[in-house]
Amino acid sequence: MTENPVTENPVTENPVTENPVIAVSYRAAFWGLMVRDTKVLSRSLTQFLLRTVIQPFLFVFVFLYVFPKIGAGIHGPGKASFGTVLLPGLVAVAIMFQGIQAVGLPLVNEFAQTREIEDRVMAPLPTSMVAFEKILFGAMQSALAAVLVFPMVLFFPNSNVHPHVNPVLLVAEIIVACLSAGALGLAIGTGWNPRQVPLIFSLIVIPITFLGCIYYPWASLHTVRWLQILILINPLVYVSEGLRGAITPNLQHMPWPVSLGVLILIGSGLGWLGMRGFRRRVLD
Amino acid sequence: MAGSAAVVVEKLSKHYAGPPAVDAVKGIDLEVARGEIFGLLGPNGAGKTTTVGMCTTRVVPTSGRVTVDGIDVQGDPPAARSRIGVVTQFNTLDRSCTVFENLKYHCRYFGMSHNQAKARASELLETFRLADRADADVMALSGGMAQRLQVARSIAHRPVVLFLDEPTSGLDPQSRIALWEVLGALHDEGTTVILTTHYMEEADQLCDRLAVIDHGELLVMGTPDQLKKQVGVATIVRLSLEGDREAAVAGLVPLAGVDRAEVVGDEVLVYLAEREGPLPAVVQAAMAFGLVDLALTEPTLEMVFIQLTGRALRD
Repeated sequence: MTENPVTENPVTENPVTENPVIAVSYRAAFWGLMVRDTKVLSRSLTQFLLRTVIQPFLFVFVFLYVFPKIGAGIHGPGKASFGTVLLPGLVAVAIMFQGIQAVGLPLVNEFAQTREIEDRVMAPLPTSMVAFEKILFGAMQSALAAVLVFPMVLFFPNSNVHPHVNPVLLVAEIIVACLSAGALGLAIGTGWNPRQVPLIFSLIVIPITFLGCIYYPWASLHTVRWLQILILINPLVYVSEGLRGAITPNLQHMPWPVSLGVLILIGSGLGWLGMRGFRRRVLD
Repeated sequence: MAGSAAVVVEKLSKHYAGPPAVDAVKGIDLEVARGEIFGLLGPNGAGKTTTVGMCTTRVVPTSGRVTVDGIDVQGDPPAARSRIGVVTQFNTLDRSCTVFENLKYHCRYFGMSHNQAKARASELLETFRLADRADADVMALSGGMAQRLQVARSIAHRPVVLFLDEPTSGLDPQSRIALWEVLGALHDEGTTVILTTHYMEEADQLCDRLAVIDHGELLVMGTPDQLKKQVGVATIVRLSLEGDREAAVAGLVPLAGVDRAEVVGDEVLVYLAEREGPLPAVVQAAMAFGLVDLALTEPTLEMVFIQLTGRALRD
């Protein structure tokens, strides 16, 4: 990381100022932002847990407990249990949601009403790094969400999941997915205003969830070919399919270079959009 | 020379494409010396906030240059930010953090260690009489306290130049005076302060030098006294007379040192070119017209502004 040395004036006749300027490196400032965000998150940990866990819990509860009880059990493709389909899917959606909830929605408010981002924007580091900190901290929350949801689905009674985890691929998929989720959050947070928040749910959250290969592997959509092609614009598809390849490879899934590669492209695109949006919102 | 001045503004302009297209700032030049309290005085919409925005890395100039402590603000915004403190017109306190944390994390952003940041935050809470509110939610602070906290935060990293945009607007008189004291103390410590205001008294009492800005242009710059001298008179004598006021005016105008005189309401106003010299002669002449009461007033910055723009500052 670039250092930012505080240089003395070369042409000063009176080099000693009354106010000693503290030499600041970008790294220290960036770290300060992370420490602040960690503190704020630790204070609202209950809220974090609730917003992370309830949705996937209700999902497995209804589909893996209630449905079989009422004789409406759902199966995955072939002989796979529905739990096997759901495990990577629910981890994927937990990661993606966190990006919107932890980065996107708070930013919408901070820019529009509270202006509390002001002090961090005035910190002595490039604006793009303040934006990147948002992505990174959001990604960490996404990773935490993944760590919570994974065992919950895996050990849910009756889930009947038989994972064959590829740890290296899993870590790679999670890192890329979490950063992409943070980037999506930044793009939403800088591109939308508070009046549009309900639309964020209708136009982004719900479509990407339902059409994100959470409840079905992408390959099984071959019978609805147009839909199979259409949803390729949805980043969640690549997260679900990538995690499927890393957690339950017995089920059909996209080859990992495809899911990972496309996700890196989409994530970079969202990151670029978010950084540009952040700069535009911050600079006049 | 850029090296000796705290802030140098050169041919600074800001054009907003709109619609409507606006030239918010039109080629401003100014230089603020180290340790000065410098005021940008002008009505709302004059371009003061935009000018401060360009000095503090938040507004990108259309053309021109700003140098703070020798650093080109556009060329190296992070280095510029490490040298400035900013108090905006809005409450920008971090609502997710307590009073103490607002100061502590600000210090962290500016590179202090955990312990240094805590020590500095505690010290500032004492100085700004906020110690008993350390753990309070910032939303629970009164307007005056929130403003004090914002000022405390802005100087926490010991900036070379402190920018305050309309720092006292919306404050009650007590908080306003408290803020003036704080700025006075910072001035004594050698901090350069640049503030914008549309309050004449504030500019007059607080600032070493002033620039009057209107419609994005710098109209005049100087010490408050220099500016008031521009009005062309040093002192205004207000006379209450029992006798004929019109006759008094005619009798007073020819006196040496009297610039002009006029009847305003029940009084006769006599404008003196010098502060004290002509006064005895004026008083003596006024006696002949039944002098009842007499008051001396200084020319105000309001008069300067009216003279420059043909309208009052708070129109």
